Amino acid sequence: MSEILVLKNITKAFPKVIANQDVNFSLQKGQVHALLGENGAGKTTLMNCVCGLYQQTSGEIFINNQAVRIDNCSQAVAHGIGMVHQHFMLVPELSVAENVILGLKREKDFFIKIEDVEREVAELSEKYHFGLNPKAFIKDLPVGMQQRVEILKVIYRQASIIILDEATAVLTPQESEELFHIVENLVKQEKSVILITHKLSEVMRLADQVTVLRDGKVVGTVSKEKTNERELAKMMVGRDVLFDFKRGKELEKSLKMNVENLTVIDTRGIEKIHQLSFSLYSGEILGVAGVDGNGQLELSEALTGMTTYHGGSITLADKTYKHMSTKESYRNGVSHIPQDRQHTGLIMERSLEKNMILADYWKKEFSSYGFLNQKSITKHAATLMQSFDIKASSPLARIRELSGGNQQKVILAREISRGPDILIAVQPTRGLDIGATEFVRQQLIDERDKGTAVLLISTELDEIMQVADRIAVLYKGEFMGILDRDCLDVHEIGLMMAGVRKKEMEGGYDEA
Amino acid sequence: MKPKNKGSIDYKRILLPFAGISAGLILGGIIIAMQGVNPFYAYYYLLYGAIGNKQSLISSLLKTIPLGIVGLAVIFSYKAGIFNIGGEGQFYLGAVGATLVGTMPLPIPALMHVLLCIVAAIVFGGLFALLPGYLKAYKGFNEIVITMLLNYVALLFTSLLLQGPMQEPGTFFNRSSLFVPTALLPAVFPGQRLHWGIGIFLVLALLLHVLYRYTTLGFRIENVGLNRRASRYSGENTKHLMLFSMIISGSIAGMAGAIEVMGVNGRLVENFISGVGYDGIAIALLANLNPLMSILAAFFFGALRNGASSMQIATGVSSSFVYIIQAMAVLSVITMPGIPRIMKKMKARRVKNHA
Repeated sequence: MSEILVLKNITKAFPKVIANQDVNFSLQKGQVHALLGENGAGKTTLMNCVCGLYQQTSGEIFINNQAVRIDNCSQAVAHGIGMVHQHFMLVPELSVAENVILGLKREKDFFIKIEDVEREVAELSEKYHFGLNPKAFIKDLPVGMQQRVEILKVIYRQASIIILDEATAVLTPQESEELFHIVENLVKQEKSVILITHKLSEVMRLADQVTVLRDGKVVGTVSKEKTNERELAKMMVGRDVLFDFKRGKELEKSLKMNVENLTVIDTRGIEKIHQLSFSLYSGEILGVAGVDGNGQLELSEALTGMTTYHGGSITLADKTYKHMSTKESYRNGVSHIPQDRQHTGLIMERSLEKNMILADYWKKEFSSYGFLNQKSITKHAATLMQSFDIKASSPLARIRELSGGNQQKVILAREISRGPDILIAVQPTRGLDIGATEFVRQQLIDERDKGTAVLLISTELDEIMQVADRIAVLYKGEFMGILDRDCLDVHEIGLMMAGVRKKEMEGGYDEA
Repeated sequence: MKPKNKGSIDYKRILLPFAGISAGLILGGIIIAMQGVNPFYAYYYLLYGAIGNKQSLISSLLKTIPLGIVGLAVIFSYKAGIFNIGGEGQFYLGAVGATLVGTMPLPIPALMHVLLCIVAAIVFGGLFALLPGYLKAYKGFNEIVITMLLNYVALLFTSLLLQGPMQEPGTFFNRSSLFVPTALLPAVFPGQRLHWGIGIFLVLALLLHVLYRYTTLGFRIENVGLNRRASRYSGENTKHLMLFSMIISGSIAGMAGAIEVMGVNGRLVENFISGVGYDGIAIALLANLNPLMSILAAFFFGALRNGASSMQIATGVSSSFVYIIQAMAVLSVITMPGIPRIMKKMKARRVKNHA
């Protein structure tokens, strides 16, 4: 077995941060090598150096024992390196075959012979068991199939090294399993695969070798046989990770929010939420699981007044709303941790202290007779910085200068310190490191223990399974079913995420 | 990444207009030198013409007033995220409103009459900004195109009035009758032309400063402008607030029109001022949207205009040359914050090429 790709002492420095420092890495031919690390550990940056999007500041890259310079993507392709990015780069209006040849220069032919390409694509699809129809349009394909098109694009360009960046992030558990089969097939055909991931289970399932990155440096490289999930987690985080949350006793429940037949239509006229009904009680966390893009954003925005809904009603504190503004939602005790913190939850150009009173400026504590009470605003921010361990130079620091984790903590602190009746959290740990993730999840549970009704909308199934009391699965704007914490079955949830109703699984049928 | 402390940020913000003016003068000086004239010599006469004696200083201040108040109008809408190019039109309609009330003899004290004229101007200017404000805030139209086109509507409408219903009886000039004496803005110093519009400008600048810095309303307006989505998220009715800001912006511009006719001409004359709406934008930008700095920026503009002819007479440098200096100053303010970033990039590229 030979080393197909070797990275020697790679350092990549950005103006203000060193993303990779003296990274050594070697990929054996025909193996799957996982690059494991938390968000922000430098995994993607390192691989971007390999595929030509970035150039390393120092260090060398060897391919088949020859030192190479990779200045741009086409050089990377010429060296047989192909990367499947986390966010797909496909044109929805074009067919599979057209997408595959997109951007390829074919000097011989002025006209594209699409039939030839379609034949080639069909052959490759057969060889690797992709099951793709070269004539199908991308927009008609499910996410899992679109990902295969991306992989096929890379193979078509004769890549021998295939880099998969967080490939399962958008897949259901079943789709992920199919992807794993594809990866196994690739390896059988002498391809070498680098798997960028932060999920331990994926590593244990697929990888031959594991290199763990932390803060841009290599913690170690181990072979899968000689390690286990706990050890890898420890390498990744630098300490034992338990995800063992303290959870208070169940309190007496009272109805806090009732949603009936909610329907949301987006600006393009597509129905994103269809006749959705559910109730949310105090002292519980209702987790909404589901693959990204099944109406999570629309649901959260309808419930918080950020978007108008086109049918149904929302009942808050005995008042039933056919239309609801953000102000009505806020005044009825709803706090909202939005999915997009930089564009929705924060004003990046403002100071930390001003972001802390974004909605609460009118309260007696912060203003009188229309004038801001600067002293108490600063004090308030300083107090929250301490209790939520927000790292910033001062309450006057601009939000833009804070790290992503600290930005999220600012939102969390603001929304929780208000003492809400209802807390709606959307992807609250996206992009956070494990330490911050643990903190945020514990805060959600603490809120529940205080009697707040918590609605957690997340595409991280692990997150929902860890904290939720009840789990609803959202698929194409509808709940496929709601499960209790006590009777959970990942397989069942996976099927629901793929659109199978709970009732159907039980073999029963239901009028609704 | 180390966060900067607040002190350095504020310092920069205040310094920026000064730096812009200096850069404008230096760049302008280079171009003057290229024409074979000693730039110090030209600037001496520019300065002399602008503030060399009491009369020229007063003239500069008179030019400052309308420019500065329209600058404040532009700042007001800009803070809420609306680019009001329609200051010119609102200015003209404000002048029309003031003229309607000011040419009418009323049995009320002088101060009351003046205030009534200003109120009329505020209403006219504000109403004229209502349409573009509504279309922008509620329907998502592009306010730049609408306000710019409405300028022509306002100018031509004013001309129409001055050739018809509002024309001074028995004259061929396209102008209104004189204001009645009670409706004229009094002079600051008896016998001098400088009127109390200067006081209104300074108080207004101070008011806006207080508004943005200390009040909840200013906080909310700036939130809308900085991030409309986040503002809505925080429970704000952003449409209301944007419409409100645009109406106030139009009112301020309208008030400037009233002050100009009541303080300088004493009557409304066709095309009595030109380009004030666009100059207001330049002043707002030069002031870096800071109301207090707009005083400096407006005076800079007023003084340049006023000193230009004395520079031309003494040195032969064309008076329109001051527009180059203005443009250089505004461009400098806009580009300066980006310069450190560009330098860093260039440096990084150099390092890479050497490697």
